[in-house]
Amino acid sequence: MSDFFTEAILIATFASGVRLAVPLLLASLGETFGQRSGVLNLGVDGIMLLGAFGGYYTVLKTGNVWYGLIAGIGIGVLFGLLSALISVTLLAEQGISGIGVYLFGLGMSDLLFLKLVGTPTPISKFPKLDIPGLSDIPWLGGMFFQHSVIVYLAFALVPLSTFVINRTTFGMRIRSVGENPEAADSLGVSVAGVRWATVTIGGTLAGVAGATLAIDLGIFQQNLTNAQGFIAIALVYFGAWRPIGVMLGSLLYGFVNALVLQLKTLEVIPPDLSNFAAMAPAIITILALVIVARRFRQPTALTKPFTRGT
Amino acid sequence: MAETPMLEMRGITKRFPGVLANDNVDFDVFAGEVHTLLGENGAGKSTLMKILYGMYQADEGEILLNGESVDIPSPTVAIEHNIGMIHQHFMLVDTLTVAENVALGLPSSRGFLTDLDVVSEHIVELGEQYGLEIDPAAEVWQLAVGQKQRVEIIKALYREARLLILDEPTAVLTPQEVDQLFDTLRQLTADGRGLIFISHKLHEVLALSNRITVLRQGRVTGNTTTEGATRHSLAEMMVGREVKLAPDKPEVETGGAALQIRDLEVIGDRGNVMVDGLDLDVHAGEILGIAGVSGNGQRELAETIGGLRQSNRGSITIAGVDTTNKPPIEMRHAGLAYVPEGRMKNGSIGAFTVSENLLLIDHADDQFLSRGLYDFGAIREHCQALVEEFAVKTPTLETPVKSLSGGNIQKLILARELSGTPQVLIASQPTRGVDIGAAEYIHKRLVEQREEGTAILVISEDLDEVFALSDRIAVIYEGQIMGVVDPADATREQLGLMMAGIRPESVAD
Repeated sequence: MSDFFTEAILIATFASGVRLAVPLLLASLGETFGQRSGVLNLGVDGIMLLGAFGGYYTVLKTGNVWYGLIAGIGIGVLFGLLSALISVTLLAEQGISGIGVYLFGLGMSDLLFLKLVGTPTPISKFPKLDIPGLSDIPWLGGMFFQHSVIVYLAFALVPLSTFVINRTTFGMRIRSVGENPEAADSLGVSVAGVRWATVTIGGTLAGVAGATLAIDLGIFQQNLTNAQGFIAIALVYFGAWRPIGVMLGSLLYGFVNALVLQLKTLEVIPPDLSNFAAMAPAIITILALVIVARRFRQPTALTKPFTRGT
Repeated sequence: MAETPMLEMRGITKRFPGVLANDNVDFDVFAGEVHTLLGENGAGKSTLMKILYGMYQADEGEILLNGESVDIPSPTVAIEHNIGMIHQHFMLVDTLTVAENVALGLPSSRGFLTDLDVVSEHIVELGEQYGLEIDPAAEVWQLAVGQKQRVEIIKALYREARLLILDEPTAVLTPQEVDQLFDTLRQLTADGRGLIFISHKLHEVLALSNRITVLRQGRVTGNTTTEGATRHSLAEMMVGREVKLAPDKPEVETGGAALQIRDLEVIGDRGNVMVDGLDLDVHAGEILGIAGVSGNGQRELAETIGGLRQSNRGSITIAGVDTTNKPPIEMRHAGLAYVPEGRMKNGSIGAFTVSENLLLIDHADDQFLSRGLYDFGAIREHCQALVEEFAVKTPTLETPVKSLSGGNIQKLILARELSGTPQVLIASQPTRGVDIGAAEYIHKRLVEQREEGTAILVISEDLDEVFALSDRIAVIYEGQIMGVVDPADATREQLGLMMAGIRPESVAD
C-alpha cells in the first residue's frame, strides 16, 4: 500500500486521470450543445467508435496522427449531420433513433476493422508537448502540463463553450430553442437550423473523441469505447448542462478510472476482484448523477421534436 | 375614417381537413383604433390572426397593408411588416432574462456577440414611455403574470410594431391590471398604432374597442361600432340565438357545512407553500365561488380536496367524514364529485370512448357486471341515458372523447360526476374555453344541483361566472382567503383589490 503513495506514482495517476478524461470531455461537451438545444443524441458512442476506427486506420496507413484526427473530424461531421437529419428533420423519437446510430457504429467499426486490418497493429501516438515554464512546477506540472496537444485543446474548449452558450447570439438561440421552441420560432429563430448546427457540433466532437481515444491508446479493437459515449451522455446530466460541470464530471470519471487501473497494477486490489473494481467509475458516476441531477432542471424541450402548427 | 386602412384582409378563406375555418372573411383596421374580433372558441378568430401573422397561409383572399397587397409567409415577414402579436399563451423563454427574450431573433449591434446592455437601455425607455416598467435583467420565470405580459408587449414595441394583435390578453389579469393594460393600449393607439383585440369578455370589449366584428363558424356574423352594441346584442351575434348570461337562481334553504376545511396547508410543485392555513365552509344547498388570479393556490386547493395532492397540515371533512390525505376513492365514497380544471389532463382519458369515460368511477359497480364480466347492455343503457340527459353531442357512445369539442367533453365529465348523488361538488374552471351555449347549460346544471342540496365549490378565474353563480364569494390570494363577500353587495373593484392581496376592512359573511 505504501508503494502507492510515492510522489511519482501519485503524479502519474493524476496525469493518467486527466488523459482518460479527454475523450469523455470532448464527447460530453458536444452532447451539451445538442441537449441545450433540446436534442438528446444517444448515438454518441456509435459515432465515437466510427471516429476511433477512422482515426486509427488513417494513422495506420499514413503514419500521421494529425491526419487521423482530421479523419475523426470528418466522420464526426458526417454522422452529426445524419443524426440531425434523423432527429430534427425526420422528427424521430430521440430515445430510440440514437440507439440505431450506436448499433450501426458498433457493428460497422468492427466489420471495417476485421476486413481492412484484421490483426491489432499498434500505431504511433500523439506527441507530448510540455508547456514551457508550467511543466516544471512540482506536482502540478507533471499532472497537468506534460500532455499531448489534444489534451490542452480539449480543456480549452470548456471556457470557449461556456462563452458561446452564454455570450453570443448563437448561444442565446440554442438556449431558447431548448427551452421554448415555439417562442423562438415566433421571433423568427430557425429552430431546425439551430438544432442542425448543435447536433452536428455534437457529432463532430464525438468523432474527435473517438479518434483521440484510439490514437491515445495506439490501438483499435472491437467496442474500443466500452460505452464511454453513454457515460458522456450521463455526464451532461451530471454537469447540469454546463461545460464546467461536464468537465468536472469527466475529470472525476477519469481520476477514478486511473486510480483503479493503478491499484490493479500494483495489485493492491486482488486480481480476482479487478472486474468489480472496473465497475467503480460507472457506479460513482451514477451515484453522483442521482445526487446532482435532482438539483437542476433539464432543458424543457429536451427530446421533444418541434413542428410548427396548431 | 376616409383614409386607407393600415390593414385590410379581403375574402380570407382557410380550409382544414373537414373544417372551413375562415369563410370569405373581411376585416380591416385603421390607425389609431381598437378593432375587436369577437367569437367563440373555434369561430375562426385565431386562424384569421395566424394567417395575418404568417403562421398559416390563406387558401383564398388577400392581405393589404396600407393599401398594398402583401404576402406573409412567416412570422419573420410579419415582424418586418411591423405586425406584432401578443399570444394568449406567452411566447417567452422562462430561463432567459427579459432583455434576452426581447433580443432573441434580432441581429445584434456587436455581430455574433450579444448586446444586452444596449437592449436593456431601450427596454427601460419603452417602459417609461408606455407605463411598462420592468427589470431587463430579471429572469422571466421570476416574473408575475402581469409582468410577463409587459415583456410580451415590449417585445412587440421593440420590433417597432405598428399593428398589434392581442389574443385574449386579459384572461390572466386582475381587474386593476386590466385597467392598467387598457391605459397602455389607449396610449399605443394615441400614437397612431392599430390594435386588434381578441376577447370573449363582453364588458371589456365594450370598454376598449372602437369597432367590433363578430365571427361564428368561420363567417362574419356581425359588424358594429361600440356605441350601437350591448352585452346581450354581442352574445346573440356570437351564438346565433338569444342567450342567458346569468342563470335564474331560486332561493334555496342552506343546510349544514357539507365541506369543512380547517387550517389547510399544501405545498406546490415547486416546493413552496401554495395553500397557507386556509379555512373554508361550504354549506349544503349553496354555491361558494372562489375568485382569484390564476396561480394563487386554487389548483392545489381543488386537487387536495379531490385527493390528487397531499396536504401538509390541517383537515378536510366531507359530509362529516374526515378525508384528510385519504386516497381519492374514499372521498368519492364520502360523497365528493370533482370536476377538475384540466378536462383532458385529469378529467377524461382522450383515447377512451364516451362510454368508457362515463364509467371511469363506477367501472367496478355491480350494476354493470354480470358474473364478474361487463354487462354491455346495462352499460349502454346507462351511458345513453346520461348522454341524452346532459345533451352531450357525440356521434356514438364509442367515439373517442378527444374528438369531441371542449364544451361537450365538459358536459360529459359533469354527467359522470353528477350521476351519483354527491354531497359536495368541486367544479374547477367549469366553463373555461367552452362555447357560450355549453357554458349556459353547465351553469344551469350547477344551479339545479344546488337545489338538490349539494354543497358546491366553484373555482373560477372568470369574475362574471363567479358573480353569476355564487351565493357567497371567497377571494383567494397567495393561498389565503382574503375575505368572503355577498355578490349582491360586492363590486368588481372590491374583488379586484382582494385578488391583489388587500383585505377589505369589513368582511361580509
